[in-house]
Amino acid sequence: MALDLPGPATDTHALVAADASTPVLTRSLPRWVNPVNVIGLCLVGLLAVWLVVNFVKSPSQFFEASLIGITNGCVYALVALGYTLVYGILELINFAHGDVFMLGGMFAISFATWFGLAPGPWYEWMPLAVLILILCAICCAVINATIEFVAYRPLRHAPRLAPLITAIGVSFILETIAQIWKGSDYVSFPEVLPTTNMFTIGGVGVPWTTPIVVLLTVPVLIGLTFLVRSTKQGKAMRATAQDRDAAAIMGINVNRTISFTFLLAGSLAGAGGLVFGMSGANLNFQSGFTLGLIAFTSAVLGGIGNLTGAVLGALLIGLIQAYNEALTWHAPGSDWTESLVFTILILILVFRPEGLLGERTPEGA
Amino acid sequence: MTAAAAPVGFRNQLRARWRELTDNQRIAATIGIELVAFVLLWLIDSGLGYLAALVFVALWCRRMPPLPWRLLTEAIVVGVFVAAWLAGSAAGGIPIVLAIAFGLTWIPERHRRWAIPLIVVLLAIAYPIVLQRLFVVPFFGAFPDILTGTYMIVFMMMAVGLNIVVGYAGLLDLGYVAFYAIGAYTTGWFASAQFAGQKCSKPGFSIDNCPGQVVPKLNFSLGAVGVPVGTGGIHISIFLVLLLAGIVTALFGIMIGLPTLRLRGDYLAIVTLGFGEILPQVATNGSSLGGFNLTNGQIGITPIDTPGFGNRLSNLTGGFLPANYLTCCHRTIWHHQISSYDVFFWTAIALLAFTVFCSLRLRDSRLGRAWIAIREDETAAAAMGVPLMRTKTWAYAGGAFFGGVAGAYYGSSKDSVFPGDFFFNISVFILCMVILGGMGNVWGVLIGAALLAYLNKSGLGNIGAWINAHIHIFGHHLNINVPEYSAGIYGVIIVTVMLVRPEGLLPSRRRARELHEAETQDEYLYDLRHEGA
Repeated sequence: MALDLPGPATDTHALVAADASTPVLTRSLPRWVNPVNVIGLCLVGLLAVWLVVNFVKSPSQFFEASLIGITNGCVYALVALGYTLVYGILELINFAHGDVFMLGGMFAISFATWFGLAPGPWYEWMPLAVLILILCAICCAVINATIEFVAYRPLRHAPRLAPLITAIGVSFILETIAQIWKGSDYVSFPEVLPTTNMFTIGGVGVPWTTPIVVLLTVPVLIGLTFLVRSTKQGKAMRATAQDRDAAAIMGINVNRTISFTFLLAGSLAGAGGLVFGMSGANLNFQSGFTLGLIAFTSAVLGGIGNLTGAVLGALLIGLIQAYNEALTWHAPGSDWTESLVFTILILILVFRPEGLLGERTPEGA
Repeated sequence: MTAAAAPVGFRNQLRARWRELTDNQRIAATIGIELVAFVLLWLIDSGLGYLAALVFVALWCRRMPPLPWRLLTEAIVVGVFVAAWLAGSAAGGIPIVLAIAFGLTWIPERHRRWAIPLIVVLLAIAYPIVLQRLFVVPFFGAFPDILTGTYMIVFMMMAVGLNIVVGYAGLLDLGYVAFYAIGAYTTGWFASAQFAGQKCSKPGFSIDNCPGQVVPKLNFSLGAVGVPVGTGGIHISIFLVLLLAGIVTALFGIMIGLPTLRLRGDYLAIVTLGFGEILPQVATNGSSLGGFNLTNGQIGITPIDTPGFGNRLSNLTGGFLPANYLTCCHRTIWHHQISSYDVFFWTAIALLAFTVFCSLRLRDSRLGRAWIAIREDETAAAAMGVPLMRTKTWAYAGGAFFGGVAGAYYGSSKDSVFPGDFFFNISVFILCMVILGGMGNVWGVLIGAALLAYLNKSGLGNIGAWINAHIHIFGHHLNINVPEYSAGIYGVIIVTVMLVRPEGLLPSRRRARELHEAETQDEYLYDLRHEGA
């Protein structure tokens, strides 16, 4: 369950889990052969066949869809990391996170208009974009930490469902704030990136958005990984995630660590807001909710509490969504995107609640 | 950690300070605060001030020795309003409502259990008849009309259904709207011309080059009333459809439940949320599922048959049960011409009474006790031999049943089913009712549901109008569209209730103790609540 980055403690966990659940005597087939796994693998196989057929039929279309998928996946990754960080440390699904992301998008739009972000050569707008990214990250970090302080901290010892319910309430409040702030209509980020292709590979044009979004996302991810793995604060986070009481005994200020995690998650959401805006998407006060759920699905797909898993899951969900909307052979189309994503969520929870990279825990299964 | 520690937290300190005062000081302080509030309200709007004063008097009456002081005060209050009515300066409804409210407090403790619900039901039945004579309440505006009343009752039914899942069994369900939708669509399918189809009246021709008339392909009727001749489709009597909708929805609940109930609480919440999001999308896109028109897409299914008991039953009961709700009712009771809306309202009351009765009996049954055991401690319950999966599945099925019935009835009373009615907001709205009222306590949930449904349908609009008309800031008229921000208002309600009074307005005693368990234990190794940053 913990933020299970590679480390000695996690390995012992896995070892214990393996020891505790090996009823080998009663089985003649290998352990992984059971109806649940077989049905799950069949579904994955069907998906693979569908992808291969589409690829063979129209490779260029497939390639374009993949680019869109990677762009979306990067945004989802930034949001999904927030879910996974918070879940790792508090075991709380922070429903309000999607709305913090939406506020990040709104901040990005406001800052962009304020600073007069305009198209031009890349060295003119790129520093400004990075500045906006940092500002958005700070704003959202503060908002997220405030939410934790007001709505979750007083309920630390309440039954598990209590903070979940307040999270929903906070999400509604944030939506209303955004509605009062920006109105109910869709607002969009100023078009900065040229609409022409950046370069072409084998006859397929690569638009500017994908490389830029990747370029903005990857450093953030590297920074996060460094922070969690190699700094003292990151170590405190991992310790708190594993055992709050033990961490407190070891002299870690648990409340401060949790606040820090919320700051971190919020800043990722803020960065996500800018990246989302740069990728040319519109948003209104309700966009955060659906997008947040999609990002949450990514986190669950990758194994909630697992940072690498969140990024992997986000890329997969982004790709699946893009393939669904852009491919032509037997694709359900954009009318069904949400249904598809939620079906994946339900299937994952039913067949493999621990996600792709997560470990099986007694409560999760 | 230590036993004699000073009370921590603002609320606890305030409480401790309050306990140190003597009784007389407390009463004086309370009356002082109330007087100040009363004067402030009176300055804003005189009607509001009088209303507040009335509420204060009524509350203080409860603390007086019953005879003669309480009786005297109540008689004086009622007498003043009767005099005002006779003098023509106040509505006649005010003393009647007051007299009833005061009368309720005189019912002896041991009879309250049955007497209060009975009186409330009787009042609700009389409501459409006396509505025209009632007065305008300051701040809240006029009493809700009959359509709002029906809406409130339908949501009360749904809240009682959700209470079975959330309140009794402790399973968070964020997709309750799915059950509502399935119930409503079941009415749409089995009591409308949705599946009529078309064929040529002469066999062997297609509808494009038909020499005769184009007639419906499917024609099935069972006890339906008011269906024009020649309308195809399935028409089953609404009362049968209500039962059918309940059963279909319960089956669906089991279908959702079986694979997902073994997940832990918050995962279960997410799965139900997923279903709640998928279903409206299926309804929206369902106009051609593999070429078959299941839900008629955005347009929705309309019209839906009206309820009715048919001529035979109507004649047998001497016209007491209406043959057809839309063409019924030519009677006048106490100068009130009964309309079909009133009949819809009364039927909703009957359904709600049935729901509440079932819910209460279920709670006290073996199954209900098993639900509560699971809610309080799943592991302990399992160890005591409670079958977890079966019990949880029953909770799901039970909750789904009532949601389905409510949805079906609402669809029929509204005459239509649209996919737009079934968004996530509604799920949260119903959950909000259960939380606000008090999880696990049916009466609390009923009050919470009535309050929120009223606010949603007409209350917020009325209150907004009142605020815009009465509150001026530096001479500026406020112009706030309050209903537009309803989601945020519900959000504030949810958060405030969870933080300040997690057990809700009228909690079940058991649930309240559970939710406050944390405050009474101090053996935490590290008090995350009050120490540290």
